[in-house]
Amino acid sequence: MKRSYKIDVDCANCANKMETAANNTEGVKKAVVNFMALKMIVEFEEGADPSTVMPEVLKSCRKIESDCEIYGI
Amino acid sequence: MILARICISLATLIICSVIAYIFPYMPHWAQLLMYLVPYLVIGYDILRKAGKGILNRQVFDENFLMAIATIGAMSLGEFREGAAVMLFYQIGELFQGIAVGKSRRNIADLMDICPDTANIEENGEIVEVDPYEVEIGQEIIVKPGERIPIDGVISHGHSTLDTAALTGESLPRDVREGDSVNSGSINMTGLIKIKTTKEFGDSTASKIMELVENSTSKKSKSENFISRFARYYTPAVCLGALALAVLVPLVRLLIMHASPEWGSWIMRALTFLVISCPCALVISIPLSFFAGIGGASSKGILIKGSNYLETMAKTRYVVFDKTGTITQGVFAVSGIHHSAMDNVELLEYAALAESGSNHPIALSIRNACKTAPDKSRVSDIEEIAGCGIIAVIDGRTVAAGNEKLMDRLNVKYHDCHKTGTIVHIAIDGEYEGHILISDVIKPTSKQAIAELKKAGITKTVMLTGDTANAAEPIAAEVGADEFHSGLMPADKVTKVEELLDAKNSNEALAFIGDGINDAPVLSRADIGIAMGALGSDAAIEAADVVLMDDDPLKIAVAIRIARKCMRIVYENIIFAIGIKLICLALGAFGLANMWLAIFADVGVMVIAVLNAVRTLKIR
Repeated sequence: MKRSYKIDVDCANCANKMETAANNTEGVKKAVVNFMALKMIVEFEEGADPSTVMPEVLKSCRKIESDCEIYGI
Repeated sequence: MILARICISLATLIICSVIAYIFPYMPHWAQLLMYLVPYLVIGYDILRKAGKGILNRQVFDENFLMAIATIGAMSLGEFREGAAVMLFYQIGELFQGIAVGKSRRNIADLMDICPDTANIEENGEIVEVDPYEVEIGQEIIVKPGERIPIDGVISHGHSTLDTAALTGESLPRDVREGDSVNSGSINMTGLIKIKTTKEFGDSTASKIMELVENSTSKKSKSENFISRFARYYTPAVCLGALALAVLVPLVRLLIMHASPEWGSWIMRALTFLVISCPCALVISIPLSFFAGIGGASSKGILIKGSNYLETMAKTRYVVFDKTGTITQGVFAVSGIHHSAMDNVELLEYAALAESGSNHPIALSIRNACKTAPDKSRVSDIEEIAGCGIIAVIDGRTVAAGNEKLMDRLNVKYHDCHKTGTIVHIAIDGEYEGHILISDVIKPTSKQAIAELKKAGITKTVMLTGDTANAAEPIAAEVGADEFHSGLMPADKVTKVEELLDAKNSNEALAFIGDGINDAPVLSRADIGIAMGALGSDAAIEAADVVLMDDDPLKIAVAIRIARKCMRIVYENIIFAIGIKLICLALGAFGLANMWLAIFADVGVMVIAVLNAVRTLKIR
């Protein structure tokens, strides 16, 4: 399953770091961050529930970039 | 937070300067301690990030360069300069963050035509749900002022839709029960219920968003140039700085036997380092393209990559498909000739006679007739296969059909010199005129070609499968320079290839079709533009640029946007590189201090970003 989320982040490098953090989160098959469009497109693992995976993604993103935001979780 | 730090740092820096002015003979260590307060308040995060960068083996980033430059200045005894440069760098970063963030959000908002929620009815109450969870066939509710989240058919209610975000068409569209609606349109007036026909992820709005958002991944030549440039530029400038700091004093000392002036040369080298960051280019060029693509999408023009924007700006040849592009592609009444009675009356008789038929010809006659046919006036309808219809209307015998029908009834008829389907009308055995039904030219086609000419297009060519007789008047009417008729789809590819061979390599050829059967040509041309593609996945797939509605005027708009975008891109490249090179030269000769270097870094960037945003504004 694939879903897209609005995000807020300040610099291109921070967006890359968010992408790496999201990809290392359990339940995420592949995450892509589009810095220009302020979007994170997440492909979930089979059977993973977005409503439990996404808060984890946000948590790991916050760890490396404290002022980032993911909307619509 | 950063603002508070800037204020504190600025205040302490001023206090330090005052103290240093009052006690000019303060020892060095005391001055250092004093200036470290504003320096660390403003710069601690930069220093930390620089340290992290070194640990991660990512030197040459901004933080590293700023850390080296300011620490260098401090260790040369230029305490105030070191602290001030860090302060102004942070102020610049703040401005730049605001400028970049704001412009990016503006563009992203402009493109955001996809709502985050859908309303469904549960136990008589309207609840907001995640649109991904709505199944096909489920009913969703769209209140006035809301965007439609999912494609579907209206099952209840009527309203007016604003489809501007999808098509760029500003005229609202009236919809009622049974009409299919596209997601992304705004419901303006009434509450409507929609039975969904697609999943959220496959709906028009989601598809468009996906397309536009992915467009930045197809890099243009200018973007590739910039990333290549950035890769060499920073290390080259850093080497230059090293040469200034070490080589020049050594040369002075060993060869010229002059004083090496280490301090002054190292300061020049540090100035070099501050200028060396290529950020202005690295951010503003993709941002210009993004703004161009975003601005175009708000006009109903989807551009599938920055590279297409670049090629489109070079368009000099525009090749049209006729049917569906220059013409409507549907049959309509285009003329009433030799009519003895009022044209409206003749059309009404014809519509009444054809009122029972579902033939396309009958449909177009009924569509052209303003009044709804009153079927009670008609009796004894007799359909003569391959000829037409004879019916009794208001007691008069009306015959509507081709020349065979007229011959059969021994009525003398006038032939039509125009191409199309002709319906002759005879009432009580008297010839009353004929109705011409043909594919009609779109109302904006002529203006579209004129606009293209104005935009500097060298040649417009029309291709069609129709006969020369049918094509010639249309090409003449819209003002196309050339036309080629009787072409099979494969012939169209050959024709386009001939044109591609004949043109210069720095000129581009655009082909515009309706995307249904011209996919091969669309992909063969430098730029393939599909038209009226709302909801047609095949066309969106084949084309590089997609016009959501079928207005040919949009072609000129798209080319104008592309040209403006490219002009701004070049402006930014020349401006940013130019200023940097000038500052580097001034720095090498000791004419530029760190303040100018800071401007060359962040000032140029802010100006370039503001310039990039201009791409959004286009008529």
